[in-house]
Amino acid sequence: MRDNPVLRTAAKILFAPIIVFGLYVQFHGDYSPGGGFQAGVIIAAAFILHALIFGLEAGRRLVPEWLNLAMLAAGVLIYGGVGVAGMMLDGLFLDYNVLLPDPSAGQHVGIILVEFGVGLTVTSVMLALFHAFAGFSENRFADNSDDTAGGRSQ
Amino acid sequence: MTVFVTNMLLLLFLVFLLVLVIRTRRLFAVVVLAGAYSLVSAAMFVNLDAVDVAFTEAAVGAGISTVLFLATMAYLPGREKVLPSSGRIGNAMSAAIICVIAGALLVAAAVELPPVGDPTAPAHLHVAPRYLEESYSFLHIPNVVTTVLASYRGFDTLGETIVVFTAGLGVLVLLSGYTRTRRTRDEALSKGEGDDA
Repeated sequence: MRDNPVLRTAAKILFAPIIVFGLYVQFHGDYSPGGGFQAGVIIAAAFILHALIFGLEAGRRLVPEWLNLAMLAAGVLIYGGVGVAGMMLDGLFLDYNVLLPDPSAGQHVGIILVEFGVGLTVTSVMLALFHAFAGFSENRFADNSDDTAGGRSQ
Repeated sequence: MTVFVTNMLLLLFLVFLLVLVIRTRRLFAVVVLAGAYSLVSAAMFVNLDAVDVAFTEAAVGAGISTVLFLATMAYLPGREKVLPSSGRIGNAMSAAIICVIAGALLVAAAVELPPVGDPTAPAHLHVAPRYLEESYSFLHIPNVVTTVLASYRGFDTLGETIVVFTAGLGVLVLLSGYTRTRRTRDEALSKGEGDDA
């Protein structure tokens, strides 16, 4: 699909706005529908669109596997870390009230950090799933997927 | 009342899509129809004021799942194989009996449920009033779904995140291609080159 100018241009124009929308859903989740789970999927969708149009290899260069695996673990660690931080500050596990002197502000900070962890893990899981499925047989997808995918879908 | 009628129409549309999914043999059409099914479900959730759930359903069900199905489909033939035994009457009869019994049980259980959105339903009388009251006055966060998900029920969400993490890791291990045959082949190759001591 790399050679189709319409798809290439559309993907280039859409890539950044999709990520911005994902970040909005992520960090505006306190005020509007959304949160880490939805934002993670939206941000992953931007990278999947990129890999669909420009090929799996370009997608792997954009988000290398080690980075993706690190984000996968970092999300869970951030979530658990916020919980442990609450314990360090003489609170209970996942007690956000003690994170800042003002309990209400502490709740805000805790929720944003926790949702950020969720978003990180969900993004990298979705991306890793796509990379794993699309690259399942490397030799078939090694160069570019357009003739295989296009031919099979008929 | 309009909510009820709209939901009934959407539900009928879902049944229609299901029949199409069952009838068609072209896998590409099945994948796209499954995406449409998720999108109609999302519309139904919006209609029931569950915007956050609808958001997830639209993004995951209609978006990512469709792409993953399409990526998997590259390894499959374009048409579903028709099994020669699919026309046997005995199988169809036993399946129909099981479906009717399960459906009757579900309907019997659903009759007892309080109506949707009933404020006096038992589920809405326990901790829900406190969440609704506190979320804005104490936490100053208007979206109660977020406060329940991340704060009041933060422990559950931690579990959910770990489930997502573990599931992703499991799929990665299964599909990474580092199977026993490939490992032994790699080892054999490196031995052949005389690299390892």
